[in-house]
Amino acid sequence: MKKILALMALVPSLVFSAGSDYPLDRAPDLTNDMAALQRGAHLFANYCLNCHSAESMRYNRLQDIGLSSDQIKENLMFATDNVGDTMDIAMADKDAKKWFGAAPPDLSLIARSRASSAGPGADYIYTYLRTYYRDPTKVTGWNNMAFPNVGMPHVLWELQGERVAKYESAPDPKNPDATIQKFVGFEQVKPGTMTQVQFDQAMADLTSYLVFMAEPVREDRFKLGVIVLLFFGVFTIFAWRLNAAYWKDIK
Amino acid sequence: MAADKKVETTGVLGWIDQRFPLTSTYKAHLSEYYAPKNFNFWYFFGSLALLVLVIQIVTGIFLVMHYKPDAAKAFQSVEYIMRDVPWGWLVRYMHSTGASMFFVVVYMHMMRGLMYGSYRKPRELIWIFGVAIFLCLMAEAFFGYLLPWGQMSYWGAQVIVNLFSAIPVIGPDLAIWIRGDYVVSDATLNRFFSFHVIAIPLVLLGLVAAHLVALHEVGSNNPDGVEIKEKKDANGKPLDGIPFHPYYTVHDILGVGVFLMVFSAIVFFAPEMGGYFLEYNNFIPADPLKTPAHIAPVWYFTPFYSILRAITFPFLGLDAKFWGVVAMGGAVVILFFLPWLDKSPVKSIRYRPTLHKWIYAIFLVNFIVLGYLGVKPPSDIGQVVSQLGTLYYFLFFLAMPWWSKLGAFKPVPDRVVFQPH
Repeated sequence: MKKILALMALVPSLVFSAGSDYPLDRAPDLTNDMAALQRGAHLFANYCLNCHSAESMRYNRLQDIGLSSDQIKENLMFATDNVGDTMDIAMADKDAKKWFGAAPPDLSLIARSRASSAGPGADYIYTYLRTYYRDPTKVTGWNNMAFPNVGMPHVLWELQGERVAKYESAPDPKNPDATIQKFVGFEQVKPGTMTQVQFDQAMADLTSYLVFMAEPVREDRFKLGVIVLLFFGVFTIFAWRLNAAYWKDIK
Repeated sequence: MAADKKVETTGVLGWIDQRFPLTSTYKAHLSEYYAPKNFNFWYFFGSLALLVLVIQIVTGIFLVMHYKPDAAKAFQSVEYIMRDVPWGWLVRYMHSTGASMFFVVVYMHMMRGLMYGSYRKPRELIWIFGVAIFLCLMAEAFFGYLLPWGQMSYWGAQVIVNLFSAIPVIGPDLAIWIRGDYVVSDATLNRFFSFHVIAIPLVLLGLVAAHLVALHEVGSNNPDGVEIKEKKDANGKPLDGIPFHPYYTVHDILGVGVFLMVFSAIVFFAPEMGGYFLEYNNFIPADPLKTPAHIAPVWYFTPFYSILRAITFPFLGLDAKFWGVVAMGGAVVILFFLPWLDKSPVKSIRYRPTLHKWIYAIFLVNFIVLGYLGVKPPSDIGQVVSQLGTLYYFLFFLAMPWWSKLGAFKPVPDRVVFQPH
């Protein structure tokens, strides 16, 4: 067994989202809400798309969420003039590694790759974006509940304000003599420009945008699927009656 | 000039028939190929396997038009297909769903063979060609899984190719020879692409043809395990046989309708199938420096992967990994010998003793449990269960010459049992 495990771990492992058992919040599904997706795209272009790229995503694909070519050019495109370009960034991976310890991952597919047995990728992202807290022991001064020891600082701190994590001593369920530090919630220490409810809504918009960006064809896929299933349903009824018509002679 | 060949057909068809066995082939394999009339649900899966094969070939042709077998471009080219190629997403999802559904259909088809003794004399070669097809399918799936060049593609291939290095003496060099490099790399991707789109499909098509020719030579078995060719009418046609076309063509079209409903439900509403058809980690580009925390093969390999992991002890001076590989390979190879391991006096499970039905039922449950454990990370309890499961898997086959003769068999009817629909 150990040999097989050793074989699997040929190269020292650098696990990306280090194991956190913080329960995931359910992300509201706004992938059908054009206004929410547009607000999400706006947040994405302003806050994420400086360090993170989305190399698979073309700017003009934003037309799928109801934006015109001119709106995209004026409000969302900062790095290029060509609306057919993909969302690349100027920062090189090598520099990023030096500055942040790890290159910020490309976000094209983040909503799909972060899915796990704990829930869809949207839930992880929604939880992750909302569980930053002040932690003076970290280089950036920030830590995260869903992604402990995260390399990214809290980019949205102006919106959310600053919070600290509160812990209480509680008996260890495994060892009655010991106590553990149990997380009981966040405490707002400095207000942001948004209230907590507004911030949650903004993060739901951003999460839904990331879900859209991970698979722009998703909504069309569902719509087409209904038609295809109806077609095969009718096809099957005909096939069933045709079969019965032939087989009635077989005794 | 030689005399014209005598044919019954006239006109264009007659012209062709004088030069090519068109009508006679059509008759021999469709309109006058007599199949037993008592086929049940389990007999849909042969034709469905053929349908999925066609889906895979056609969608595969279109994918190759846009895919780039280059380690620097492969991942991005798949996303290009998903986003920029018109209908590319549909073609890609059909291909990825088709891969998993191929195994669903083939596992059902194999189980049918197992239940009704379809591998028994005179159908040994059909079974052997079938197992060879299964082996090819596993190779095809393995090579194809590397092509999207995601994390699971990369590390799955790394783990499986490393298995070959467990072979004594030649192992390490063999693994390098397969990869074409010291780690899975661009060289590996290129050769796997070549195997996936040319080599294995060629062999696969040849084997499918051989499988069908062998089947049509001896005729189909049926749920009663009765040979319909033993009871013929005055014209020499089997009394319980009906022409494949039109009876089984319309019957199979019904199966195709139901199957395509399931297939499109997955393609359109759950192409990832909860991470079982498309693994979540595979949406991250391959990174040779980051090993995923948990590497699991795709679901259709997991029963055999469990057998591999079940061997945890060295033996005869060779380490556990080697014996794990032997067990995993043996678990597939042992299928080839099934026609000679089964000594039961009847073919079909319908006329076997209750004891046999239990042995088969436990075998099925055991196979599913092994598959389930193969998806999960290793655990102590899982290890014990997979070891017992592996033991049962091999005992099922190796002890078959004895247990298949035990118990009171029911009398087999002269003719097939059939209720008109």
